[in-house]
This record gives sequence, structure tokens and C-alpha cells, in this order.
Amino acid sequence: MTVEGTAQRKNARGSSKRTTAKKATPAKKASPAKTGTAGRAEQAEQDQLVQLLTPEGKRVEHPDYSIDLSPEELRGLYRDMVLTRQFDAEATTLQRQGELGLWASLLGQEAAQIGSGRALRDDDYVFPTYREHGVAWCRGVDPTNLLGMFRGVNHGGWDPNSNNFHLYTIVIGSQTLHATGYAMGVQKDGADSAVIAYFGDGASSQGDVAESFTFSAVYNAPVVFFCQNNQWAISEPTEKQTRVPLYQRARGFGFPGVRVDGNDVLACLAVTKAALERARTGQGPMLIEAFTYRMGAHTTSDDPTRYRADEERAAWEAKDPIQRLRVYLQSEGLVDEEFLASIEEESVALGKRVREAVRAMPDPDHMAIFENVYADGHALVDEERAQFAAYQASFADADAIAEGN
Amino acid sequence: MAVHEKITIAKAINASLRASMEADPKVLVMGEDVGKLGGVFRVTDGLQKDFGEDRVIDTPLAESGIVGTAIGLALRGYRPVVEIQFDGFVFPAYDQIVTQLAKMHARALGKVKVPVVIRIPYAGGIGAVEHHSESPEALFAHVAGLKIVTPSNSSDAYWMLQQAIAGDDPVIYFEPKRRYHDKSRLDTESIPDPLHKARVVQNGSDLTLAAYGPMVKVCLDVAKVAAEEGKSVEVVDLRSLSPIDFDTVQSSVQKTGRLVVVHEAPVFFGAGAEIAARITERCFYQLEAPVLRVGGFHSPYPPSRLEDEYLPGLDRVLDAVDRALAY
Repeated sequence: MTVEGTAQRKNARGSSKRTTAKKATPAKKASPAKTGTAGRAEQAEQDQLVQLLTPEGKRVEHPDYSIDLSPEELRGLYRDMVLTRQFDAEATTLQRQGELGLWASLLGQEAAQIGSGRALRDDDYVFPTYREHGVAWCRGVDPTNLLGMFRGVNHGGWDPNSNNFHLYTIVIGSQTLHATGYAMGVQKDGADSAVIAYFGDGASSQGDVAESFTFSAVYNAPVVFFCQNNQWAISEPTEKQTRVPLYQRARGFGFPGVRVDGNDVLACLAVTKAALERARTGQGPMLIEAFTYRMGAHTTSDDPTRYRADEERAAWEAKDPIQRLRVYLQSEGLVDEEFLASIEEESVALGKRVREAVRAMPDPDHMAIFENVYADGHALVDEERAQFAAYQASFADADAIAEGN
Repeated sequence: MAVHEKITIAKAINASLRASMEADPKVLVMGEDVGKLGGVFRVTDGLQKDFGEDRVIDTPLAESGIVGTAIGLALRGYRPVVEIQFDGFVFPAYDQIVTQLAKMHARALGKVKVPVVIRIPYAGGIGAVEHHSESPEALFAHVAGLKIVTPSNSSDAYWMLQQAIAGDDPVIYFEPKRRYHDKSRLDTESIPDPLHKARVVQNGSDLTLAAYGPMVKVCLDVAKVAAEEGKSVEVVDLRSLSPIDFDTVQSSVQKTGRLVVVHEAPVFFGAGAEIAARITERCFYQLEAPVLRVGGFHSPYPPSRLEDEYLPGLDRVLDAVDRALAY
């Protein structure tokens, strides 16, 4: 496979209708002058994306990443994306209603997450950041479990080994090293599963990401790095992270990188499958840059109107991942109104279930502070637990006295 | 290996790693130069030859990468023993240790374990250039989720490392590098003390000296000199800094009525502050003098020509003993 060559090859079809109008030389692409919104959009168009479904919902082929899905599988991808978007919208609403302290929305990134998530086998292992709600969905993690940390009742409400889906990681890029180490372990075990590490364009600036590239390349670890370049790291545009397209970073570390249309679920699925297969067969790591867009705020604490133009969002709305798949499915006669209505109904039910589950989520017991600090126990924790228990009990005594009075 | 042999701490640690690797195929040794070179202090000498490159792993020069990948390996069921080449080099890995390694078990509500042991040759006295002589133990002891231990002799070095590796918690294992080549008895047969138990290494009745790692030897020397002056000094080797075995210190102070804590790390916000506070709480009515501390200054570790002034030595500790006894 010539992944890198493919990524750089000029494709007659082009990534968008406007590609030819704004062609620039590679030297010009890296020019510091090309910053700001206009420069970003231009660069997006200049760099070839692997694409199998155009924004208009037209199916196209790619020489290296062909994929043949059954109607059932195609409908499944649509369902996954719609339900994930619904779940995300519900969580945003719950935050606005004060039920969650914070929410990191994935709006706009459904294709990147569902496409890559559905490429995984059960025995693969996922190391997510904190926005991978769609990947979690694909792994079978109950969506309500994702909300515990945002509600403040825990720091991760699921057993990572039940679904081979590690806890969300808040510190940017840390998990890429955990993924690499885990992949080194997979390799030592002689297993043929693969590991995937998710991170964003902002995390690409972190030393840990560079170190994970180094380690994975040196040990030829079976790990796929899936970078969702959603264009913004809170208020910092990608230009503040890098002067070269992110997928090209891989080359300097000695493994291939490819840029995929992150709003094209089919392309994300096809490229991730290929990368995982590569890892499984001992060919080492690969970097996938899913070129996408975060439609909403970084988190509910953020106000994107302070740093980005409405026109930019509007331009990306035209590339909506769900819309394009629906157009395609309809044009091929693969879905009918009845199916779309049933998905809508399922969405409403999911929203209701999530809402009720969050509101019913109990605060943890006071003594949970002292639980699981250490696996084998720790004298100081034991001492403080006993002191705190006695302190808590003193209120019960006071209450009893008050009642007696 | 013979029982009751006199052996250096470096060789005892090597024997301990060997024993751990033989006992459990999941134990890995990782770090910079740990393979063919056997580590810059030769602590891992010969291990790669006997256990292979797959288990004694020479890593890229990237401390965050070493610890971060060790976490991933631990999540996969391995027991990595990581070597940080020198104390001052641990800081690039500080984020991984503090934000990830220490908290992962708690974050996962106990569902995952990350039994990573981080070996750090620490503290001064070897005439090194900067960043090679630091004592960052308090920075780690402050972090819940980590355990911190530091041996002062060969038997402890041998047993405590095996205990740390066998446990399911992350452990920072500080090695007193200036004692690496000190020989002491290695007893491979007796049942060792629990990992976090402090030990009275010199009995006395007038004053307690509490120390750990490289300072235990200084305190034993102090006790000898003090004895010649007619003062009976008890020395407690703490062995573990997280948790600290306050019960053993308390028993000693209840007997002697006086406590001086000695460490190389800066006194300010150091382990001595914690010990002084706790022991004052526990022994307020038995104390005949305030708990005193002897340690490094609130300055960067000095150039090596000044380290004898910076490090607590016989005279500075004796001075503190005299001050405590003068109350």
C-alpha cells in the first residue's frame, strides 16, 4: 500500500468543486502569510482528502480505499450518526438545564467517529480523548455512562476492559502514549489486535504526541493515530499548531500519514480499516488526519462567536456528514420514509432515556472519596477515612439529639 | 546468591530485578541505556543479556514517553519497572506520573490497575553537574495514588523493590545514588519487613533522629559521635515516605521526647514538615522540645564544590541534636 503517495497524489476528481480555482504551489501552502480563516479554507481545498462520498451525497471511488458495504451496513452508519447527534444534543441541553457541569459536543464530527469506530474489531482497544461519544457508541458503552464525569459524580463511569474503551482523558495527548504502550503489550502477547488513539489538532502540538509517534515507530507498535482536525483548539486555529498539514508529520517519524475527509463516514471507515489492518499485520503505526469541523463550541463553557466567523461555520454546514449520507441513501433507494421515521423515533426515545438517566444519577456516597485511591491500601488514606467517617457520624449524633429534644 | 553476603546496594537492586523477572514473566525493565550498557550506574547490568531485548527495553530518550508507554503496558497486564536516569530528569515525565499514573485506578473506580514502578537514582554527594543531585521526593509524596519508598541498605534495596513490583499500586522507588557502592549485608532468606514499615536501626533514649535513604548513614554516624559525648540517640529509618509509618516514629518519640528529622531535600515544604506536624499532633504532651528539621536550603542544588555545605552532614545534624537537647 502506498498510503502516503496516495494522499499526495493529485486526484482528477478533486476534493471539492472549488479545488482548481485556488490551486497553489506546495511552498506557498506552508507560507506563514497563509493564516486566518481564508488561508485555512484554502489549504483545506488544496490538500487532497480521501473521499468516497462528496458533500452532495455522490458516491465516488478512490484507488486505494475502495469499500463495499451492504445496504444494511450503510443504514447502520446512518443510524449511528443520527443517534449520536441526538445524544450529543440532549447532553448539551442537559448542561444548559444545569444537570451537567460541562459538555464537550461532537456536533459535526459524527462521520469521523462513527466511521473510525465501526472499523474496529471487538478485540481492538480504544484510547479516547473527552469528545469521543460516537466512538463510545460504537464500542457499546452505554451513553448514559459518559455523562457521569460531566455531571460530577465520577471521573469515568465505565470499566475500560468491558468494551476495550479506555476512560476519557482530559490532559491533551496523554492517552497517545498509553495507546502506544498498550500496543507494545499487544505485540509482546503475539495478539493480532490493534490499538487506536484519538486526539485533536491542538494535541498534535503536545510533546506526548510526538513521543508516542517516536515510540510507536521505533517499536513498530500496532497503533493507529486518529487525529480529528476539527480546525479549532478552543480558540486557537490549526495555524497556531502547525505549519504543515498534520498528516504529513507522520513521515518524519517514519510511518505513513493520510488525510481523510472527516465528514465522509465511508472514507473514515475505509481508511481506518486499512490502517488497522496494516497495524495487525505487523506493518506498524499510521496517522490518519480526519479533516473535519467542530460545529459547536469547544465545550459548553466556550463562546466561539468571539473567535470565528459565521461564514466559516456556514461553509462547513454544507458538508454535513449526516445530510450527505442521507442524500446518498435516498438517491440509491436504500432508505424510505418509514425507515427515516423509525430512526427519528429511536432518537427521541434515546433522548428521553438519557435525560431520565442523568436526572436519576445519584450523588456518590461521601466515603467514595477514599475508595480506590490505592489498589493495595495506604495507611494515610485509612486514617483519613476513619477520621472523616467519625466526623460524618457526629452529625448523625447531633441530629439524634436534636430529634430527642 | 549466598545468604548473608555483603554486597553493594547497586548489586542488590540488580539481584532484585533479576528475581522479579524470574518470578513473573510480565515484569519488564525499561529505560534509557538499561540494555547493553546496563544503565549509567550499571544497576541493570546483564539483565538484557539474560532476559532479552523484549523484556529489558532500551527506550528513546523521552521520559514522558517512557512512563506513558509503561502505563499502557501496565493496562495490558505487564509490570514495567522504569528507570529514570537521574532525579532531575524525571520532570518531563512528571505530568504522566501525576495526572495519569497516580489517578488511573481511582478514575476507573478500581477497574484497572497500573502497577508501574519508577526507579529514580536520587540525591547528591557524587560531585555531579546540575540536575543530577536532586531530592524531589516531597513532590511525589504529595500526590495521592503514588507510593514512595527509599531503601538505605542492601537487604532493603533487594526486598523493597521486589515488594514494590509485586504490588498493584504505582511506586516511586528512590535509590540513594551516593550509597550505590556501599556494601552491607544482604539477607535473601529471612522474611522481610512490610514495604511501608519504618525501622529503628539504632536504639537510644535521649532523642530520635528520623531519616531515610542516603541520610540514614549520616544519622548512624551522628549517633556514634553523640554516644561518645554521653548522649543516647535513636535512629529511625523511615524506608517509606508514602505512606509514612508514623506509629514507629511516634513510639520512638514517646520514649525519647525529642525528634530531629533529617533529609537532603529542602526543608521548606519537605517531608520533615509533614513529620513534624504529625508527630506534634500525636506526641504534644511527650515532646520536651520542638521537632527540628535539618535539610537542604531553599536554593537550587548548588554546584558540586558547594554541595558539602548544602547537604546535611555530621556537624549540622549534631548541632540540631544539641539544640533539641538544650530545651
